[in-house]
Amino acid sequence: MKSLGSIRRDFAPWNDPNAKPYIQFDNVTKKFGEFTAVNNLSLTIFEREFFALLGASGCGKSTLLRMLAGFEEPTAGRILLDGQDLRGIPPYRRPVNMMFQSYALFPHMTVENNIAFGLKQEGMAKADIDKRVAEMLKLVKLEQFAKRKPHQLSGGQRQRVALARSVAKRPKVLLLDEPLGALDKKLREETQFELMDLQQNLGLTFVVVTHDQEEAMTMADRIAIIDKGEVMQVATPAEVYEAPGSRFVAGFVGNVNMFDGKIAAGEAGSASIDAGNGITIRTENAGSAAAGTSVTFAIRPEKIKVSSTKPAGAVNAIEGEVYDIAYLGDMTVYHVRLDDGQVVRASTMNAARLTEDPLTWNDRAWVSFRPDAGVVLTR
Amino acid sequence: MNATWSRFNIISIVLGFAFLYLPIVLLVVFSFNESKLVTVWGGFSTKWYVSLFHNRGLMDATWVTARVGVISASVATVLGTLAALTLTRYTRFRGRLLFSGMVFAPLVMPEVITGLSLLLLFVAVGLDRGFLTVTLAHTTLTMCFVAVVVQSRLITFDRSLEEAAMDLGAPPVKTFFQITLPVIMPAIVSGWMLAFTLSLDDLVIASFTSGPGATTLPMKIYSQVRLGVTPEINAACTILIAVVAVGVIIASLANKRREVQRQRDEQAAQRG
Repeated sequence: MKSLGSIRRDFAPWNDPNAKPYIQFDNVTKKFGEFTAVNNLSLTIFEREFFALLGASGCGKSTLLRMLAGFEEPTAGRILLDGQDLRGIPPYRRPVNMMFQSYALFPHMTVENNIAFGLKQEGMAKADIDKRVAEMLKLVKLEQFAKRKPHQLSGGQRQRVALARSVAKRPKVLLLDEPLGALDKKLREETQFELMDLQQNLGLTFVVVTHDQEEAMTMADRIAIIDKGEVMQVATPAEVYEAPGSRFVAGFVGNVNMFDGKIAAGEAGSASIDAGNGITIRTENAGSAAAGTSVTFAIRPEKIKVSSTKPAGAVNAIEGEVYDIAYLGDMTVYHVRLDDGQVVRASTMNAARLTEDPLTWNDRAWVSFRPDAGVVLTR
Repeated sequence: MNATWSRFNIISIVLGFAFLYLPIVLLVVFSFNESKLVTVWGGFSTKWYVSLFHNRGLMDATWVTARVGVISASVATVLGTLAALTLTRYTRFRGRLLFSGMVFAPLVMPEVITGLSLLLLFVAVGLDRGFLTVTLAHTTLTMCFVAVVVQSRLITFDRSLEEAAMDLGAPPVKTFFQITLPVIMPAIVSGWMLAFTLSLDDLVIASFTSGPGATTLPMKIYSQVRLGVTPEINAACTILIAVVAVGVIIASLANKRREVQRQRDEQAAQRG
């Protein structure tokens, strides 16, 4: 059986109707004065899930996290954690810990005292605290930095101290607010995998807020895409990318080519779309859209092939002119201007060192794609 | 930077320093004068310093000033810090603007008016003028300075530090004493020092609110000068200058060392 994306997921409680939700947002609304940050939002997160809230800045994703931590109370609706209503429980009594975007390390304390702070509040015995702190320092590979103060650490080390401090209490849920935002690109990629391993090893539920789609795609089991305080789609990274639920999601995550048109004729999922200017697109993913419906056909650049001649037997092939080429090493990106003026983006993996059919600027070229390569969007 | 010493540069530096320090240098030089006449040089001597320590009046005044300074600065620091906290944290209470205006009014209020109004108040409530009233008056005067210093620190304070502490299980009061207070402590200490210095300096308000037995050093010096400047006063002032100078030098050296240490730490951190 074919599946979306390249990963088979064995951990998928969201597909199990009997799975008990762990965190539940029930019709939650949060207003700051006249401004509505979160609008009647419902969301379910499962135990041991790595869940990402993805959205542009100001979309309300951080407010969701802060409500879970207890720094804000919902204006309406309720938030349940493991069946317990969190309303009225102050942050210092909630079994969740947060890693802050600014790290919020206590500047007057050493690394080990920062990590021990939460354990001391619990009234843990001194010997146990020492043991746990040593364990945490080992986990984030900062053993030799125990006596340093935060300002004596580099950015990456501070990030790891913040992480160690927030997991030291073994919270039921770890909240991460843009955890990698302050790191440079290379360090960020390494740390993404470290975070995933950590989550697996500790068996915790992670809720991460990010505006970086690549970060969300890499780390999360499921992604909620948030816009203007509302959930646009909750799905696995592969579903979000390969089967976006709306034009917004398709455009927000990754690059996409969109053709507006009308369903010309169709039956049981496959249809042809009249995209105007003599372009007809044949697709197998029309769903239940009836003839005459206005739709958008969305297709990702890597699913489009560019060639100098019309490929034999291609179901969908449109002619145009090479407008721009970017050679990126691992792949090449072509911008092809169709005869009606629309520019199509296509990318080709450079799987071989030598290219059979090289193209150059202003060449006549054909863009072609399979009937199952794109999706039909009605929203 | 232009490092050449043009004639213009030299002249302006000499004039500037002369303008600032000539009077002080004169005062220091004449404190070592053998002669009893202030303006006539009669040879080097330290006898005025010896007689200074036998001058009961001046020594008593110094002791009063020190006590008034320490007590008023301490009370003002507590009150000023609380005011600063309220003004930065509870931004939406009724009458906040009025309150903040009122806290800072003494900064610009002529001292004569502050002194006179305090005098009227003390008379009205029947408080005998003396040590207590000067201390109260100085607390009133210096509190707003502390509030300004602490408030400017609190504005840049990262609130997520407090959120992190609460998130880790510390209730608000514990968070304040374990996180907020230690972090803003440098500002509180400099607020205290500012308040202490202001109290040490003050002549006008002390003159209004002090009574018998609570003469401060500036009052004593002023009243003696009216009877004629003696080399003893010069000696007293020289000691004051020395104390202040040593304080400033120690503070700036400590600051410099901290700065160097911080840079070294950061470089070490970059290297990993």
